[in-house]
Amino acid sequence: MEAFLLVDFGSTYTKLTAVNLEEEYIIGTSKAPTTVKTNVLDGYDKALSRLYQDHPEIDHISGISACSSAAGGLKMAAIGLVEELTVEAAKRACLGAGAIVKQVYSHHLTKREVKELKESDTDIVLLAGGTNGGNKECIIHNAKRLKEAEVPFPIIVAGNKDANDEIEEIFEGTSIEYYIVDNVMPQLKKLNVDEAKHIIRKIFIDKIIEAKGIKRAEERIGEIIMPTPEAVLLAAELLSNGYEDIEGFGELMVIDIGGATTDVHTIGEGYPKRTEVLLKGLQEPFAKRTVEGDLGMRFSANALLNLVSNYNFKKYFEVDDQCNHDIDKSLNRRSQDVDFIPHTKDEEEFDKAIAKICADVSMSRHVGHVEVVHTPLGDMYYQTGKDLTDLRYVIGTGGVLIYNQDAKKILQQVNKKSDKALELRPTNPSILIDKSYILAAMGLLSQKYPRTALKMMKQYLL
Amino acid sequence: MKTVVIGVIGADVHAVGNKIIDYVLKEHGFNVVNIGVLSSQEDFINAAIETDADAIMVSSLYGHGEMDCRYFREKCEESGIGNIKLYVGGNIVVGKHEFKEVEKRFKKMGFDRAYPPGTKIDAAVNDLKEDLGL
Repeated sequence: MEAFLLVDFGSTYTKLTAVNLEEEYIIGTSKAPTTVKTNVLDGYDKALSRLYQDHPEIDHISGISACSSAAGGLKMAAIGLVEELTVEAAKRACLGAGAIVKQVYSHHLTKREVKELKESDTDIVLLAGGTNGGNKECIIHNAKRLKEAEVPFPIIVAGNKDANDEIEEIFEGTSIEYYIVDNVMPQLKKLNVDEAKHIIRKIFIDKIIEAKGIKRAEERIGEIIMPTPEAVLLAAELLSNGYEDIEGFGELMVIDIGGATTDVHTIGEGYPKRTEVLLKGLQEPFAKRTVEGDLGMRFSANALLNLVSNYNFKKYFEVDDQCNHDIDKSLNRRSQDVDFIPHTKDEEEFDKAIAKICADVSMSRHVGHVEVVHTPLGDMYYQTGKDLTDLRYVIGTGGVLIYNQDAKKILQQVNKKSDKALELRPTNPSILIDKSYILAAMGLLSQKYPRTALKMMKQYLL
Repeated sequence: MKTVVIGVIGADVHAVGNKIIDYVLKEHGFNVVNIGVLSSQEDFINAAIETDADAIMVSSLYGHGEMDCRYFREKCEESGIGNIKLYVGGNIVVGKHEFKEVEKRFKKMGFDRAYPPGTKIDAAVNDLKEDLGL
Protein backbone atom coordinates (compact mmCIF):
# COMPACT_ATOMS: atom_id res chain seq x y z
CA MET A 1 0.00 0.00 0.00
CA GLU A 2 1.16 3.53 -0.73
CA ALA A 3 1.38 5.99 2.14
CA PHE A 4 1.97 9.73 2.35
CA LEU A 5 4.08 10.53 5.37
CA LEU A 6 3.74 13.60 7.59
CA VAL A 7 6.54 14.28 10.03
CA ASP A 8 6.59 16.57 13.04
CA PHE A 9 9.99 17.02 14.68
CA GLY A 10 8.60 18.07 18.05
CA SER A 11 10.52 19.31 21.06
CA THR A 12 10.17 15.94 22.79
CA TYR A 13 8.92 13.48 20.18
CA THR A 14 9.32 13.00 16.47
CA LYS A 15 5.82 12.10 15.35
CA LEU A 16 4.89 10.34 12.15
CA THR A 17 1.46 10.15 10.56
CA ALA A 18 0.94 7.88 7.57
CA VAL A 19 -2.01 8.72 5.37
CA ASN A 20 -3.70 6.78 2.61
CA LEU A 21 -4.44 9.58 0.17
CA GLU A 22 -6.70 7.62 -2.12
CA GLU A 23 -9.09 6.32 0.46
CA GLU A 24 -8.57 9.29 2.78
CA TYR A 25 -7.84 7.65 6.06
CA ILE A 26 -5.00 7.49 8.53
CA ILE A 27 -3.07 4.26 8.25
CA GLY A 28 -1.25 4.80 11.50
CA THR A 29 0.92 7.01 13.65
CA SER A 30 4.14 6.43 15.54
CA LYS A 31 6.62 8.38 17.58
CA ALA A 32 10.12 8.26 19.03
CA PRO A 33 12.13 10.74 21.11
CA THR A 34 13.55 13.61 19.04
CA THR A 35 17.31 13.37 18.69
CA VAL A 36 18.58 16.85 17.89
CA LYS A 37 21.77 16.57 19.90
CA THR A 38 23.12 13.57 18.00
CA ASN A 39 21.52 13.07 14.62
CA VAL A 40 17.93 14.11 14.13
CA LEU A 41 17.49 11.22 11.72
CA ASP A 42 18.06 8.66 14.49
CA GLY A 43 14.75 9.51 16.12
CA TYR A 44 13.07 9.67 12.76
CA ASP A 45 14.37 6.24 11.76
CA LYS A 46 13.24 4.75 15.03
CA ALA A 47 9.74 6.17 14.59
CA LEU A 48 9.69 5.00 10.98
CA SER A 49 10.67 1.44 11.83
CA ARG A 50 7.96 1.41 14.48
CA LEU A 51 5.47 2.52 11.89
CA TYR A 52 6.53 -0.22 9.50
CA GLN A 53 6.39 -2.75 12.30
CA ASP A 54 2.82 -1.81 13.22
CA HIS A 55 1.70 -1.44 9.63
CA PRO A 56 3.43 -3.99 7.43
CA GLU A 57 0.88 -3.14 4.73
CA ILE A 58 2.86 0.02 3.90
CA ASP A 59 5.20 -0.89 1.07
CA HIS A 60 5.86 2.48 -0.49
CA ILE A 61 6.12 6.09 0.74
CA SER A 62 4.76 8.31 -2.01
CA GLY A 63 5.76 11.59 -0.44
CA ILE A 64 6.88 13.25 2.78
CA SER A 65 6.11 16.61 4.29
CA ALA A 66 7.60 17.84 7.56
CA CYS A 67 7.40 20.57 10.17
CA SER A 68 9.50 21.20 13.24
CA SER A 69 9.41 22.72 16.67
CA ALA A 70 12.52 20.92 17.84
CA ALA A 71 15.46 22.59 19.56
CA GLY A 72 13.28 25.19 21.22
CA GLY A 73 11.12 25.99 18.22
CA LEU A 74 11.44 29.34 16.47
CA LYS A 75 12.32 32.19 18.82
CA MET A 76 11.79 35.76 17.76
CA ALA A 77 12.25 39.28 19.05
CA ALA A 78 9.64 41.91 18.19
CA ILE A 79 10.56 45.59 18.05
CA GLY A 80 8.11 48.42 17.43
CA LEU A 81 7.27 51.97 18.43
CA VAL A 82 4.08 52.27 20.54
CA GLU A 83 3.31 49.21 22.63
CA GLU A 84 -0.37 48.92 21.72
CA LEU A 85 0.26 49.55 18.02
CA THR A 86 3.37 48.57 16.04
CA VAL A 87 4.86 46.52 18.89
CA GLU A 88 1.63 44.53 19.07
CA ALA A 89 1.48 44.23 15.27
CA ALA A 90 5.05 42.92 15.20
CA LYS A 91 4.26 40.43 17.94
CA ARG A 92 1.21 39.16 16.08
CA ALA A 93 3.23 38.66 12.90
CA CYS A 94 5.72 36.51 14.85
CA LEU A 95 3.05 34.50 16.65
CA GLY A 96 1.07 33.98 13.45
CA ALA A 97 4.20 32.54 11.83
CA GLY A 98 4.47 30.00 14.62
CA ALA A 99 7.22 31.66 16.63
CA ILE A 100 7.67 32.15 20.34
CA VAL A 101 8.19 35.83 21.13
CA LYS A 102 10.72 36.09 23.89
CA GLN A 103 12.02 39.63 23.52
CA VAL A 104 9.74 42.60 23.02
CA TYR A 105 10.96 46.19 22.75
CA SER A 106 9.18 49.49 22.20
CA HIS A 107 10.30 53.05 21.31
CA HIS A 108 14.06 53.73 21.11
CA LEU A 109 16.29 50.73 21.78
CA THR A 110 18.84 51.37 24.48
CA LYS A 111 22.35 49.95 24.37
CA ARG A 112 21.45 47.78 27.32
CA GLU A 113 18.44 46.33 25.50
CA VAL A 114 20.48 45.61 22.38
CA LYS A 115 23.10 43.88 24.50
CA GLU A 116 20.42 41.75 26.09
CA LEU A 117 19.00 40.93 22.67
CA LYS A 118 22.42 40.03 21.30
CA GLU A 119 23.08 37.66 24.17
CA SER A 120 19.69 35.98 23.91
CA ASP A 121 18.96 32.81 21.95
CA THR A 122 16.78 34.66 19.45
CA ASP A 123 16.55 33.24 15.92
CA ILE A 124 15.06 36.16 14.01
CA VAL A 125 14.39 39.84 14.79
CA LEU A 126 11.33 41.64 13.46
CA LEU A 127 11.85 45.40 13.33
CA ALA A 128 8.74 47.55 12.94
CA GLY A 129 7.73 51.09 13.84
CA GLY A 130 5.66 53.87 12.34
CA THR A 131 2.80 53.84 9.85
CA ASN A 132 3.69 54.44 6.20
CA GLY A 133 4.42 58.15 6.03
CA GLY A 134 4.51 58.29 9.82
CA ASN A 135 7.32 58.21 12.32
CA LYS A 136 10.60 57.04 10.80
CA GLU A 137 13.08 58.52 13.23
CA CYS A 138 12.55 55.71 15.76
CA ILE A 139 12.97 52.75 13.42
CA ILE A 140 16.07 54.33 11.89
CA HIS A 141 17.52 54.85 15.36
CA ASN A 142 16.78 51.22 16.20
CA ALA A 143 18.32 49.98 12.95
CA LYS A 144 21.48 51.93 13.76
CA ARG A 145 21.62 50.42 17.23
CA LEU A 146 21.24 46.90 15.83
CA LYS A 147 24.00 47.60 13.35
CA GLU A 148 26.38 49.07 15.92
CA ALA A 149 25.96 45.99 18.07
CA GLU A 150 26.39 43.71 15.06
CA VAL A 151 23.40 41.67 16.08
CA PRO A 152 24.02 38.20 14.67
CA PHE A 153 20.41 37.34 13.80
CA PRO A 154 18.53 37.89 10.53
CA ILE A 155 16.52 41.12 10.75
CA ILE A 156 13.18 41.54 9.05
CA VAL A 157 12.39 45.21 8.50
CA ALA A 158 8.61 45.68 8.42
CA GLY A 159 8.01 49.30 9.43
CA ASN A 160 7.32 52.69 7.89
CA LYS A 161 8.23 52.30 4.23
CA ASP A 162 9.61 55.85 4.11
CA ALA A 163 12.48 54.69 6.31
CA ASN A 164 13.47 51.73 4.13
CA ASP A 165 16.04 53.54 1.96
CA GLU A 166 17.88 54.84 4.97
CA ILE A 167 17.74 51.49 6.75
CA GLU A 168 19.10 49.79 3.67
CA GLU A 169 22.02 52.24 3.66
CA ILE A 170 22.65 51.47 7.32
CA PHE A 171 22.73 47.69 6.84
CA GLU A 172 24.32 47.60 3.40
CA GLY A 173 27.89 46.34 3.38
CA THR A 174 27.72 45.10 6.97
CA SER A 175 27.51 41.51 8.14
CA ILE A 176 23.85 41.99 8.97
CA GLU A 177 21.44 39.81 7.07
CA TYR A 178 18.29 41.82 6.47
CA TYR A 179 15.02 41.56 4.60
CA ILE A 180 12.73 44.48 3.81
CA VAL A 181 9.03 43.66 3.62
CA ASP A 182 5.63 45.39 3.89
CA ASN A 183 4.86 47.42 6.98
CA VAL A 184 3.02 45.31 9.60
CA MET A 185 0.88 48.39 10.37
CA PRO A 186 0.72 50.46 7.17
CA GLN A 187 -2.10 52.64 8.49
CA LEU A 188 -3.15 53.31 12.03
CA LYS A 189 -4.63 50.15 13.60
CA LYS A 190 -4.53 48.28 10.29
CA LEU A 191 -2.77 44.95 10.57
CA ASN A 192 -0.84 43.63 7.59
CA VAL A 193 1.28 40.66 8.57
CA ASP A 194 1.13 38.35 5.56
CA GLU A 195 4.39 39.33 3.91
CA ALA A 196 6.24 39.37 7.22
CA LYS A 197 4.88 35.90 8.04
CA HIS A 198 5.92 34.67 4.63
CA ILE A 199 9.50 35.83 5.03
CA ILE A 200 9.68 34.41 8.56
CA ARG A 201 8.78 31.02 7.17
CA LYS A 202 11.34 31.40 4.40
CA ILE A 203 14.15 32.26 6.82
CA PHE A 204 13.05 29.40 9.05
CA ILE A 205 13.31 26.95 6.16
CA ASP A 206 16.54 28.35 4.72
CA LYS A 207 18.52 29.14 7.84
CA ILE A 208 17.05 28.30 11.22
CA ILE A 209 16.53 24.63 10.48
CA GLU A 210 20.21 24.37 9.68
CA ALA A 211 21.36 26.26 12.75
CA LYS A 212 19.38 23.88 14.91
CA GLY A 213 20.87 20.76 13.38
CA ILE A 214 17.63 19.62 11.82
CA LYS A 215 18.77 20.31 8.28
CA ARG A 216 20.36 16.87 8.06
CA ALA A 217 16.91 15.39 8.02
CA GLU A 218 16.32 17.03 4.66
CA GLU A 219 18.74 14.65 2.94
CA ARG A 220 16.13 12.04 3.39
CA ILE A 221 12.78 13.66 3.76
CA GLY A 222 12.94 16.76 1.62
CA GLU A 223 12.29 20.29 2.85
CA ILE A 224 10.93 21.00 6.32
CA ILE A 225 8.32 23.49 5.30
CA MET A 226 7.19 25.28 8.42
CA PRO A 227 7.30 25.55 12.21
CA THR A 228 4.80 23.15 13.83
CA PRO A 229 2.57 25.84 15.38
CA GLU A 230 2.04 27.37 11.96
CA ALA A 231 0.94 23.97 10.67
CA VAL A 232 -1.65 23.79 13.45
CA LEU A 233 -2.87 27.29 12.61
CA LEU A 234 -3.19 26.38 8.92
CA ALA A 235 -5.14 23.25 9.81
CA ALA A 236 -7.50 25.31 11.97
CA GLU A 237 -7.96 27.85 9.19
CA LEU A 238 -8.81 25.19 6.65
CA LEU A 239 -11.20 23.48 9.01
CA SER A 240 -12.95 26.78 9.65
CA ASN A 241 -13.16 28.03 6.06
CA GLY A 242 -13.88 24.75 4.31
CA TYR A 243 -12.62 24.00 0.83
CA GLU A 244 -14.52 24.27 -2.43
CA ASP A 245 -17.80 22.40 -1.92
CA ILE A 246 -16.85 20.95 1.45
CA GLU A 247 -18.25 23.10 4.21
CA GLY A 248 -16.04 24.22 7.09
CA PHE A 249 -16.87 24.52 10.77
CA GLY A 250 -17.07 28.33 10.85
CA GLU A 251 -15.61 30.21 13.80
CA LEU A 252 -13.51 27.87 15.88
CA MET A 253 -10.77 27.61 18.46
CA VAL A 254 -7.88 25.23 18.90
CA ILE A 255 -6.30 25.01 22.31
CA ASP A 256 -3.10 23.14 23.09
CA ILE A 257 -2.03 22.78 26.71
CA GLY A 258 1.58 21.70 26.84
CA GLY A 259 4.30 21.16 29.41
CA ALA A 260 5.70 24.67 29.11
CA THR A 261 3.10 26.76 27.28
CA THR A 262 -0.56 26.96 26.40
CA ASP A 263 -1.32 27.92 22.80
CA VAL A 264 -4.70 29.26 21.77
CA HIS A 265 -5.68 29.69 18.11
CA THR A 266 -8.94 31.23 16.98
CA ILE A 267 -10.24 31.54 13.46
CA GLY A 268 -12.86 34.20 12.83
CA GLU A 269 -13.28 37.94 12.55
CA GLY A 270 -14.74 38.32 16.04
CA TYR A 271 -16.45 41.60 15.18
CA PRO A 272 -18.92 43.17 17.65
CA LYS A 273 -22.32 41.53 17.57
CA ARG A 274 -24.31 44.55 18.74
CA THR A 275 -24.64 48.07 17.41
CA GLU A 276 -23.81 49.81 20.69
CA VAL A 277 -20.42 48.12 20.79
CA LEU A 278 -17.44 49.95 19.33
CA LEU A 279 -14.27 48.18 18.30
CA LYS A 280 -11.10 49.54 19.88
CA GLY A 281 -7.43 48.90 19.37
CA LEU A 282 -5.36 47.24 16.66
CA GLN A 283 -7.15 45.12 14.06
CA GLU A 284 -7.32 41.45 15.04
CA PRO A 285 -5.83 38.80 12.76
CA PHE A 286 -8.45 36.47 11.23
CA ALA A 287 -6.34 33.51 12.33
CA LYS A 288 -5.04 34.54 15.71
CA ARG A 289 -2.55 32.69 17.85
CA THR A 290 -1.49 33.52 21.37
CA VAL A 291 1.11 31.68 23.42
CA GLU A 292 1.17 31.80 27.19
CA GLY A 293 4.66 31.07 28.48
CA ASP A 294 3.59 31.01 32.12
CA LEU A 295 0.79 28.48 31.66
CA GLY A 296 1.88 24.88 31.38
CA MET A 297 1.59 21.51 33.05
CA ARG A 298 5.23 21.08 34.09
CA PHE A 299 7.97 23.60 33.30
CA SER A 300 5.81 26.54 34.29
CA ALA A 301 3.77 24.82 37.00
CA ASN A 302 5.35 26.91 39.73
CA ALA A 303 4.26 30.12 38.06
CA LEU A 304 0.59 29.18 38.45
CA LEU A 305 0.31 30.48 41.97
CA ASN A 306 1.31 33.93 40.72
CA LEU A 307 -1.85 33.88 38.62
CA VAL A 308 -4.31 32.05 40.82
CA SER A 309 -4.33 32.29 44.60
CA ASN A 310 -4.20 29.18 46.71
CA TYR A 311 -7.83 29.78 47.62
CA ASN A 312 -8.94 30.11 44.00
CA PHE A 313 -6.85 27.13 42.94
CA LYS A 314 -9.12 24.89 45.00
CA LYS A 315 -12.11 25.98 42.94
CA TYR A 316 -10.68 24.10 39.99
CA PHE A 317 -10.87 20.73 41.73
CA GLU A 318 -13.94 18.67 40.93
CA VAL A 319 -16.82 19.08 43.36
CA ASP A 320 -16.69 15.40 44.26
CA ASP A 321 -12.90 15.39 44.59
CA GLN A 322 -12.13 13.49 47.79
CA CYS A 323 -8.36 13.87 47.58
CA ASN A 324 -6.36 15.90 49.99
CA HIS A 325 -4.13 18.04 47.76
CA ASP A 326 -1.04 19.86 48.91
CA ILE A 327 -0.99 22.52 46.22
CA ASP A 328 2.50 23.93 46.77
CA LYS A 329 4.12 20.55 47.02
CA SER A 330 2.32 19.12 44.02
CA LEU A 331 3.22 22.09 41.82
CA ASN A 332 6.81 22.02 42.93
CA ARG A 333 7.10 18.35 42.17
CA ARG A 334 5.86 18.88 38.65
CA SER A 335 8.16 21.76 37.84
CA GLN A 336 11.19 19.90 39.23
CA ASP A 337 10.41 16.65 37.46
CA VAL A 338 9.09 17.71 34.10
CA ASP A 339 8.68 14.12 32.93
CA PHE A 340 6.37 13.39 35.84
CA ILE A 341 3.46 11.15 34.89
CA PRO A 342 0.47 10.93 37.24
CA HIS A 343 -0.25 7.45 38.57
CA THR A 344 -2.65 7.80 41.46
CA LYS A 345 -6.15 9.21 41.38
CA ASP A 346 -4.89 12.09 43.50
CA GLU A 347 -2.19 13.00 40.99
CA GLU A 348 -4.53 12.73 38.06
CA GLU A 349 -7.06 15.01 39.68
CA PHE A 350 -4.36 17.53 40.42
CA ASP A 351 -3.16 17.53 36.81
CA LYS A 352 -6.71 18.08 35.73
CA ALA A 353 -6.96 21.15 37.93
CA ILE A 354 -3.75 22.56 36.43
CA ALA A 355 -5.07 21.96 32.92
CA LYS A 356 -8.30 23.73 33.82
CA ILE A 357 -6.39 26.76 35.06
CA CYS A 358 -4.33 26.81 31.86
CA ALA A 359 -7.49 26.69 29.76
CA ASP A 360 -9.28 29.31 31.81
CA VAL A 361 -6.48 31.86 32.14
CA SER A 362 -5.24 31.49 28.55
CA MET A 363 -8.82 32.10 27.42
CA SER A 364 -9.07 35.29 29.49
CA ARG A 365 -5.96 36.57 27.74
CA HIS A 366 -6.91 35.51 24.24
CA VAL A 367 -10.54 36.54 24.09
CA GLY A 368 -11.83 40.08 23.59
CA HIS A 369 -13.49 41.99 26.38
CA VAL A 370 -15.92 44.85 26.72
CA GLU A 371 -15.84 47.95 28.88
CA VAL A 372 -18.93 49.99 29.63
CA VAL A 373 -18.86 53.72 28.84
CA HIS A 374 -21.67 55.80 30.28
CA THR A 375 -22.44 58.43 27.69
CA PRO A 376 -25.17 61.07 27.68
CA LEU A 377 -26.80 58.95 24.98
CA GLY A 378 -26.91 55.87 27.18
CA ASP A 379 -24.47 53.07 27.83
CA MET A 380 -22.03 52.22 25.07
CA TYR A 381 -19.37 49.54 25.05
CA TYR A 382 -15.80 49.36 23.91
CA GLN A 383 -14.72 46.01 22.59
CA THR A 384 -11.02 45.19 22.57
CA GLY A 385 -10.10 41.91 20.88
CA LYS A 386 -12.37 39.29 19.36
CA ASP A 387 -15.99 38.61 20.25
CA LEU A 388 -16.13 34.81 20.41
CA THR A 389 -19.59 34.45 21.93
CA ASP A 390 -20.98 32.70 18.85
CA LEU A 391 -17.96 30.46 18.35
CA ARG A 392 -19.16 26.99 17.44
CA TYR A 393 -16.26 24.62 18.01
CA VAL A 394 -13.51 24.31 20.57
CA ILE A 395 -10.88 21.73 19.65
CA GLY A 396 -8.42 20.38 22.16
CA THR A 397 -5.03 19.07 21.07
CA GLY A 398 -1.64 18.26 22.65
CA GLY A 399 -0.64 15.42 24.95
CA VAL A 400 -2.47 16.55 28.05
CA LEU A 401 -5.87 16.82 26.44
CA ILE A 402 -5.59 13.91 24.07
CA TYR A 403 -4.83 11.36 26.74
CA ASN A 404 -7.13 12.75 29.42
CA GLN A 405 -10.47 11.05 29.99
CA ASP A 406 -11.97 14.33 31.12
CA ALA A 407 -10.58 16.50 28.33
CA LYS A 408 -13.99 17.88 27.46
CA LYS A 409 -14.60 18.86 31.04
CA ILE A 410 -11.26 20.67 31.11
CA LEU A 411 -12.10 22.56 27.95
CA GLN A 412 -15.42 23.72 29.33
CA GLN A 413 -13.30 26.21 31.23
CA VAL A 414 -13.16 28.37 28.11
CA ASN A 415 -16.92 28.93 28.23
CA LYS A 416 -18.73 32.05 29.38
CA LYS A 417 -18.41 32.53 33.15
CA SER A 418 -20.55 34.58 35.46
CA ASP A 419 -17.54 35.98 37.27
CA LYS A 420 -15.92 36.98 33.98
CA ALA A 421 -18.95 38.65 32.46
CA LEU A 422 -16.97 41.26 30.53
CA GLU A 423 -14.98 38.64 28.62
CA LEU A 424 -16.49 37.71 25.26
CA ARG A 425 -16.07 33.95 25.72
CA PRO A 426 -17.87 31.26 23.75
CA THR A 427 -21.37 30.64 25.08
CA ASN A 428 -22.08 27.08 24.20
CA PRO A 429 -19.54 25.59 21.82
CA SER A 430 -19.24 21.94 20.85
CA ILE A 431 -16.03 20.50 22.20
CA LEU A 432 -13.95 18.17 20.04
CA ILE A 433 -10.70 16.38 20.80
CA ASP A 434 -7.88 15.74 18.37
CA LYS A 435 -7.76 12.12 19.58
CA SER A 436 -5.40 10.84 16.91
CA TYR A 437 -3.12 13.88 17.28
CA ILE A 438 -3.27 14.80 13.63
CA LEU A 439 -3.82 18.58 13.49
CA ALA A 440 -0.21 19.56 12.71
CA ALA A 441 -0.01 16.74 10.17
CA MET A 442 -3.21 17.92 8.50
CA GLY A 443 -1.87 21.48 8.35
CA LEU A 444 1.11 20.10 6.47
CA LEU A 445 -1.02 17.95 4.23
CA SER A 446 -3.27 20.92 3.45
CA GLN A 447 -0.44 22.56 1.51
CA LYS A 448 -0.74 19.96 -1.23
CA TYR A 449 -3.99 18.14 -0.56
CA PRO A 450 -6.37 20.56 1.16
CA ARG A 451 -9.42 18.54 0.23
CA THR A 452 -8.15 15.34 1.78
CA ALA A 453 -6.85 17.14 4.86
CA LEU A 454 -10.21 18.79 5.46
CA LYS A 455 -12.20 15.61 5.00
CA MET A 456 -9.95 13.73 7.36
CA MET A 457 -10.10 16.41 10.04
CA LYS A 458 -13.87 16.32 9.93
CA GLN A 459 -13.67 12.61 10.37
CA TYR A 460 -10.98 12.32 13.03
CA LEU A 461 -11.82 15.15 15.44
CA LEU A 462 -14.19 13.64 17.95
CA MET B 1 2.03 66.39 3.46
CA LYS B 2 1.16 67.44 7.00
CA THR B 3 -0.55 64.88 9.21
CA VAL B 4 -3.38 65.71 11.61
CA VAL B 5 -4.92 63.31 14.12
CA ILE B 6 -8.62 64.02 14.70
CA GLY B 7 -11.20 62.40 16.95
CA VAL B 8 -13.91 62.90 19.55
CA ILE B 9 -12.64 62.69 23.11
CA GLY B 10 -14.11 60.94 26.16
CA ALA B 11 -17.48 59.21 26.40
CA ASP B 12 -18.74 61.32 23.53
CA VAL B 13 -20.29 59.66 20.50
CA HIS B 14 -21.09 62.68 18.31
CA ALA B 15 -19.85 61.54 14.94
CA VAL B 16 -21.22 64.06 12.44
CA GLY B 17 -18.85 66.96 13.13
CA ASN B 18 -15.99 64.50 13.14
CA LYS B 19 -16.85 63.37 9.61
CA ILE B 20 -17.10 66.99 8.42
CA ILE B 21 -13.70 67.86 9.87
CA ASP B 22 -12.25 64.76 8.23
CA TYR B 23 -13.69 65.73 4.86
CA VAL B 24 -12.64 69.39 4.96
CA LEU B 25 -9.09 68.71 6.13
CA LYS B 26 -8.60 66.16 3.35
CA GLU B 27 -9.94 68.69 0.84
CA HIS B 28 -7.24 71.05 2.01
CA GLY B 29 -4.54 68.48 1.39
CA PHE B 30 -3.92 67.21 4.89
CA ASN B 31 -3.19 63.59 5.70
CA VAL B 32 -6.01 62.91 8.14
CA VAL B 33 -5.77 60.17 10.75
CA ASN B 34 -9.28 59.89 12.15
CA ILE B 35 -9.49 57.86 15.34
CA GLY B 36 -13.26 58.39 15.61
CA VAL B 37 -15.52 58.76 18.60
CA LEU B 38 -15.04 57.58 22.20
CA SER B 39 -11.33 58.23 22.05
CA SER B 40 -9.03 58.62 25.04
CA GLN B 41 -6.06 60.95 25.32
CA GLU B 42 -3.83 57.91 24.96
CA ASP B 43 -5.53 56.96 21.69
CA PHE B 44 -4.80 60.44 20.29
CA ILE B 45 -1.21 60.39 21.49
CA ASN B 46 -0.40 56.85 20.32
CA ALA B 47 -1.84 57.64 16.91
CA ALA B 48 0.18 60.86 16.72
CA ILE B 49 3.41 59.06 17.61
CA GLU B 50 3.07 56.27 15.06
CA THR B 51 1.94 58.57 12.25
CA ASP B 52 4.41 61.34 13.15
CA ALA B 53 1.55 63.83 13.24
CA ASP B 54 2.00 67.60 13.19
CA ALA B 55 -1.21 68.40 15.03
CA ILE B 56 -3.96 66.86 17.12
CA MET B 57 -7.50 68.21 16.76
CA VAL B 58 -9.79 67.25 19.61
CA SER B 59 -13.57 67.51 19.30
CA SER B 60 -16.05 67.45 22.15
CA LEU B 61 -19.73 68.17 22.03
CA TYR B 62 -21.18 66.76 25.23
CA GLY B 63 -19.89 69.30 27.71
CA HIS B 64 -17.28 67.23 29.52
CA GLY B 65 -14.43 68.40 27.29
CA GLU B 66 -12.68 70.30 30.01
CA MET B 67 -12.44 67.20 32.18
CA ASP B 68 -11.44 64.98 29.29
CA CYS B 69 -8.70 67.38 28.15
CA ARG B 70 -7.02 67.86 31.50
CA TYR B 71 -3.28 67.04 31.45
CA PHE B 72 -3.39 66.33 27.70
CA ARG B 73 -0.35 68.53 27.03
CA GLU B 74 1.53 67.01 29.95
CA LYS B 75 0.87 63.54 28.59
CA CYS B 76 2.15 64.63 25.16
CA GLU B 77 5.30 65.92 26.80
CA GLU B 78 5.67 62.69 28.74
CA SER B 79 5.30 60.72 25.48
CA GLY B 80 7.95 62.68 23.61
CA ILE B 81 5.64 64.74 21.39
CA GLY B 82 5.49 67.84 23.61
CA ASN B 83 5.78 70.23 20.67
CA ILE B 84 2.77 68.96 18.75
CA LYS B 85 0.03 71.47 17.95
CA LEU B 86 -3.07 70.87 20.06
CA TYR B 87 -6.47 72.17 18.98
CA VAL B 88 -9.81 71.73 20.68
CA GLY B 89 -13.32 72.71 19.61
CA GLY B 90 -17.04 72.17 20.15
CA ASN B 91 -19.16 72.48 23.27
CA ILE B 92 -16.11 72.20 25.39
CA VAL B 93 -17.48 73.35 28.75
CA VAL B 94 -20.71 72.93 30.71
CA GLY B 95 -22.99 75.93 31.12
CA LYS B 96 -22.87 79.44 29.67
CA HIS B 97 -19.49 81.09 29.89
CA GLU B 98 -17.80 83.96 28.14
CA PHE B 99 -15.77 82.13 25.48
CA LYS B 100 -12.74 84.38 26.10
CA GLU B 101 -12.60 82.87 29.59
CA VAL B 102 -12.97 79.36 28.26
CA GLU B 103 -10.27 79.91 25.68
CA LYS B 104 -7.93 81.21 28.34
CA ARG B 105 -8.55 78.14 30.46
CA PHE B 106 -7.77 75.76 27.59
CA LYS B 107 -4.69 77.73 26.55
CA LYS B 108 -3.47 77.47 30.11
CA MET B 109 -3.94 73.72 29.79
CA GLY B 110 -1.51 73.79 26.88
CA PHE B 111 -3.86 73.92 23.90
CA ASP B 112 -2.68 76.13 21.04
CA ARG B 113 -6.18 76.93 19.82
CA ALA B 114 -9.69 76.55 21.22
CA TYR B 115 -12.89 77.13 19.29
CA PRO B 116 -16.42 77.95 20.48
CA PRO B 117 -19.58 76.17 19.33
CA GLY B 118 -20.64 77.05 15.82
CA THR B 119 -17.14 77.76 14.52
CA LYS B 120 -16.76 77.02 10.84
CA ILE B 121 -14.08 74.42 10.28
CA ASP B 122 -12.51 76.71 7.68
CA ALA B 123 -11.44 79.06 10.45
CA ALA B 124 -9.54 76.23 12.11
CA VAL B 125 -8.03 75.16 8.79
CA ASN B 126 -6.67 78.67 8.21
CA ASP B 127 -5.16 78.73 11.69
CA LEU B 128 -3.70 75.28 11.17
CA LYS B 129 -2.04 76.33 7.93
CA GLU B 130 -0.62 79.39 9.63
CA ASP B 131 0.62 77.44 12.65
CA LEU B 132 2.25 74.77 10.51
CA GLY B 133 3.82 77.37 8.22
CA LEU B 134 1.91 76.37 5.09
